[in-house]
Amino acid sequence: MRNGKLTAAAIAASMGLLLSACGGGSADEEGFSAPVADNPSFEDGTTMAEYADSGEITIGVKKDQPLFGLENLNGEMEGFDVAIGEIIAGKLGIPADAINWKETPSKNRELYLEQGKVDMVVATYTINDKRAERVSFAGPYYEAGQDLMVKQSNDSITGPESLRDSEAKVCSARGSTPSERIREYIDNSRLVLFDTYSKCADALRNGQAQAVTTDNSILMGLVSENENQFKVVGETFSEEPYGVGIVKGDVDFCEFINDSLRTAAENGTYQEAWNSTAGEVSEKTPELPELRSCS
Amino acid sequence: MQVLIDNYHLYLRGLGTTLQICLYAGLLTLVVGTFIAGCRVAPLTPLRAFGTAWVTVFRNCPLAVVLFFMAFGIPALGVNASYFVFGTIGLALYTSAFVCEAIRSGINAVSPGQAEAARSVGLGFGQTLRLVILPQAVRSIIPPLGSVMIAMIKNSAIAGAFGIGGDLYAVGIRQSSAQGEAIIPVLVGVALGYLIITIPAGLLLSYVERKVAIAR
Amino acid sequence: MSESVLYEAPGPRAKLRARYASAATGLVLLAVFAWVIYRLALAGEFTYDKWGPLIDPGNENFTPLWTLLGRGLVNTLLAAGWSILFSLVIGTILALTRVTAAAWYRWAVVGVIELLRGTPVVVLIFFAYQALPVMGIDLPVMWSLVIGLTAYNCVIIAEIVRAGIDSLPKGQSEAAYAVGMRRGQVMVNVLLPQAFRAMLPALISQLVVVLKDTSLGFTISYPEFVQRGETAIENLGNPIQLYLFIALIFIVINYTLSKVAVYTERRLSRSRRSAATEEPESAAATGD
Repeated sequence: MRNGKLTAAAIAASMGLLLSACGGGSADEEGFSAPVADNPSFEDGTTMAEYADSGEITIGVKKDQPLFGLENLNGEMEGFDVAIGEIIAGKLGIPADAINWKETPSKNRELYLEQGKVDMVVATYTINDKRAERVSFAGPYYEAGQDLMVKQSNDSITGPESLRDSEAKVCSARGSTPSERIREYIDNSRLVLFDTYSKCADALRNGQAQAVTTDNSILMGLVSENENQFKVVGETFSEEPYGVGIVKGDVDFCEFINDSLRTAAENGTYQEAWNSTAGEVSEKTPELPELRSCS
Repeated sequence: MQVLIDNYHLYLRGLGTTLQICLYAGLLTLVVGTFIAGCRVAPLTPLRAFGTAWVTVFRNCPLAVVLFFMAFGIPALGVNASYFVFGTIGLALYTSAFVCEAIRSGINAVSPGQAEAARSVGLGFGQTLRLVILPQAVRSIIPPLGSVMIAMIKNSAIAGAFGIGGDLYAVGIRQSSAQGEAIIPVLVGVALGYLIITIPAGLLLSYVERKVAIAR
Repeated sequence: MSESVLYEAPGPRAKLRARYASAATGLVLLAVFAWVIYRLALAGEFTYDKWGPLIDPGNENFTPLWTLLGRGLVNTLLAAGWSILFSLVIGTILALTRVTAAAWYRWAVVGVIELLRGTPVVVLIFFAYQALPVMGIDLPVMWSLVIGLTAYNCVIIAEIVRAGIDSLPKGQSEAAYAVGMRRGQVMVNVLLPQAFRAMLPALISQLVVVLKDTSLGFTISYPEFVQRGETAIENLGNPIQLYLFIALIFIVINYTLSKVAVYTERRLSRSRRSAATEEPESAAATGD
C-alpha cells in the first residue's frame, strides 16, 4: 500500500475510534485486504487501462447474501464475492475504498452489464449458456452446487429423491434457479417462496417448511448462523460454477481476470480471501476451479 | 406477447389463486370488520379501547409488515398452518380496519333520531344496532366498502410475497426472474389479470352505488 | 351521530354489570397478551442478543443499527415526500384538464385513470423498476419507487381534487365569470385555492397511504426503512424484534399524520361552517 494511503487510513481509523468510542464494533473483524498493484500499466484502449486510469470501478454484488455478499450494519460490504472483487480491482491498482458496490438482484445482472451500470458482476453468478448469450464470464472462481438443508433432528429427508414421496414443504427464494430445479422433485403446492434465504431458515425453524434448498455455499452460512439446529444433507444435485460477469465479448478483460485469479491462488490471496469470509464456517478451503477459456 | 399466449394457463391459474385468496380474505374481513366496528360503538370501555387499538394498528402499519408477523410471528408462538392461511388471514386483518371504518362512518351517517326512536320503544344496544341502524347504514356503507374490497384485491399481490406463491403476481415474478422472460409482456399480462377483476368490480360498484343512492 | 345515542345512559345496575363485563373483557385481552409474551419467551425471543442492539446504547451494534435504520427512515420520508408532491401536481393537472378539455381527451384520461387505479401498486413499482430501463430510461432506484407510487396515487389525488372542486358552491365560478375572468383564471384564482383547502385532510390521509406503500421499496431493494431493517436482520438475526420496532415507528408516524388530518379538518369546518363537512375520519384513504 502506498504511503499516503496508509496515513489516510490511519487518520480515518483513529477518527473512527473517536467517533464510535462507545459504539465499538469495527467492521475489520474479517481482516481481509487485497493487495493493490502500484501503478500497473496496461495497453492503451483496453478495458483494464480505462479502469486503472479512472482509479475506480463499479462492481455488481449481492447485498443480502451472508458469506458472499452482505452489507453490514456500518454499510460496508463483506463476503467472498466482495473479496474476489477486491482482488481483481487490486490488480488494476484500485484500492477497496475506491470500489463502488452496486446491488445487482439476480434478474438484473445481464441488464446492468449491458447497460454499463456495472463494470463487472461478482454475485454468486452461475455460469450457464443462456446467460453466456448476453454476457461473458471469467472464472469460475468457485464451484457451488444445489443442496438441501433440514432440521438437525430430521432423518427422513436424505436428498432430493427422498422428497418425491414425502409431504415435506421446501423453501427457496422466489425467482431463483434452485427454486426452478427443485420443481422436478416436488409439485408447486409444496414449494414455499420468500425473498431471502434467512426467511426460509426461519420457516424451517418454525416447522413451516421441512427443507430449504439453494446453493450449498449459502446453506453453509445458514447452518453456521443457527448453531446445532440445521444440517445439510445428501450430495449436491447440480453444478453451479460462480463466474465473474463482464461485458459480452471483452476477451482481454476476461483473460486479465483469469490471470488475476490464478495469481491469487498461487500466492495464497485466494485462500486468504476464503478463510476470512466464507471459510469461517466451512471446514475445507476450496481449490480454484479450472478456469474456462475466454471467448 | 408470445410469452402470454404460450403460458396463458399459468396466468389463469394465478388468477384463480388470487381470486381464491380474495374470496376467503373478503369474507373473513367482513366478519372481523363488522365485529370491530361493533366493538368501537359498544358500551364497554375495554371493547371500545380494543376496537380503537385494532384500527390504529392495522390502519397505520404497512401490509408487508402485517404479513411478516403472520408468516413468522404467529408460527413463533407455536401455531402452525399453511402460508396460504396465514397470508389470507393477514390480508383480512389488515383490511378489517378499513372495513370497520367504512361501517362506522355508515353508522354515523344514520340520523340519531332513528336510534333514539329505537331506544324509546325499548330496544337494547344489540337490537338497536342490528334491527334499526345497520339496515339503514348499509346504503352509505356500500360505496366505501366496495372501494376497500377493490383495494384488497390489489393488495393481495403483496400477500404472494409471503410464502403463498402461485398468485398472479408471483407467476409474473417467476416468469421474469427465474425463466428469464422479457419483463414488459409479463408485467402487462399480470396487470391485465388484475384489471380483469378490478375494472368490472369498479363498474359493478358504481352501478350499485347509483341504485342505493338516496337523497338525505 | 355520536355513539352514545345507541344505548341508554346506564343506571346503577347496568353500571355494575358494565363494570363486571369490562373487567372480564379486559382480563381476556390481558390473558391473550400474557400468553403471547409467554410463548415468545419460550421461543427465546426475549434474549439480550436479540434486543440488545435495539435498546441498549452500550451494545456494540447499537450505534450502527440506529444509524442504519435512521437513514432508512429518511429515505422512506424522502420517497414519500417526492411521491406525494408529484402526485399532487400530476393529479391536479389530470383533474383540471378532465373538467375542461375536449371529449376525446377526457376519455383518454378516464382510461388512464382506470388502468392505473386497477393495477396493484407493487406491480406499478416493479414495472417502473424493471421495464423503464429496458425502454432505455435509466434512473436511480428511488425514482423507480417514486414513479410507481406517483402513477398509483396521482389518479387518486385527481379524484380528490375533482371532488374538491365539485364541492364548491356554483356561485363561486359564476361570480368569477361575471366579473370577466376567463376559464383558466377562474380555475387557478378562484376554484383551486378553495378546493385545496377542502381537500387538505384527504390529502394528508393519502400521505399515510403513500408512506405505508414506500415499504414496498424493499421489493426493488431501495434502501428504505423496511429494507434497511431486512439488512439489519441479515446481520443480527432478530427479525421479530426489528419488525416490532418498524411497526411501532410506522404506527406512531401515521397515527400522528391522521391526527393532523382530523385537526385540520376540524379547523377548516369551524372556519367555514356553511360547507357541509363529513365526519372526521372519512373514508378518503380506503386502504391504498
